[in-house]
Amino acid sequence: MSTLTLRYEVPGDDFTRAGEASSDVKRKLKQLGYNPEAIRKVAIAMYEGEINMVIHAGGGEATVDIDPKQVRIVLTDHGPGIPDVGKAMQEGWSTAPDNVRNLGFGAGMGLPNMKKYTDELRIDTKVGEGTTLYMTVFA
Amino acid sequence: MTIRELADGLRAEILVEGDLTREAETGYVGDLLSWVMARLPEGAAWMTVMGNLNAVAVCSLKDGACIILTENAALDEDARRRAGMEDIPVLRVEDGAYRTALRVAALLGETA
Ligand SMILES: Nc1ncnc2c1ncn2[C@@H]1O[C@H](COP(=O)(O)OP(=O)(O)OP(=O)(O)O)[C@@H](O)[C@H]1O
Ligand SMILES: [Mg+2]
Repeated sequence: MSTLTLRYEVPGDDFTRAGEASSDVKRKLKQLGYNPEAIRKVAIAMYEGEINMVIHAGGGEATVDIDPKQVRIVLTDHGPGIPDVGKAMQEGWSTAPDNVRNLGFGAGMGLPNMKKYTDELRIDTKVGEGTTLYMTVFA
Repeated sequence: MTIRELADGLRAEILVEGDLTREAETGYVGDLLSWVMARLPEGAAWMTVMGNLNAVAVCSLKDGACIILTENAALDEDARRRAGMEDIPVLRVEDGAYRTALRVAALLGETA
């Protein structure tokens, strides 16, 4: 297996479609016979990241590189950026608006979950410009 | 105990059949999706009022055994379809989460 690269647009306004990219990655990894525990970690971390782009950043793009050793996920958006990454990483910290809280979002657990389910997580963010998340899961 | 037996014991409405032969290992209660994403045990019967697509996604990603909608909470149409596709049973009961959890625990023979 050489490197397989997958690219997705994550729509900004549509909760009913949020999660499509991570579902597709999960399906493709299963077809490749990837290690199930790694698939689970990738799917959970990417789902949380995708939802964050929809809720907090008006959508974005996802790129996933799959090779036999690891899965690398890059999520890029041009939303408001994260002013205090340290705070955002804390369990329970959330700026989610009321309308999405009614749907069950806003526990402030998404980023902590991404940290927990990945082997590497790096956040590049600039207020007013956007956010890029780099996540790696080892096979 | 299988999900079908659990549904019978709870006299629950079965909104989506899914895999009713799966075993329920334990129960879990929660409505905040990322919280549940962090904590839902594999094979748990998940009691919640969240009947949306994202709840189905969480149950699928965490490999929960079924969703039990408490207090007659609504199941969205797209969530119903997705649960069917993912083979996740969705049950519904009148009782609130507390009473439902007591009943699930009794049926599964679990104590605090
Ligand atoms: N892509 C992003 N762009 C801008 N802000 C973000 C982004 N992702 C996260 N944040 C900020 O970080 C906070 C914490 O994110 P996290 O995913 O942990 O919680 P949440 O999305 O608010 O709630 P939950 O994920 O539990 O439903 C968010 O409330 C938001 O302020
Ligand atoms: Mg989040």
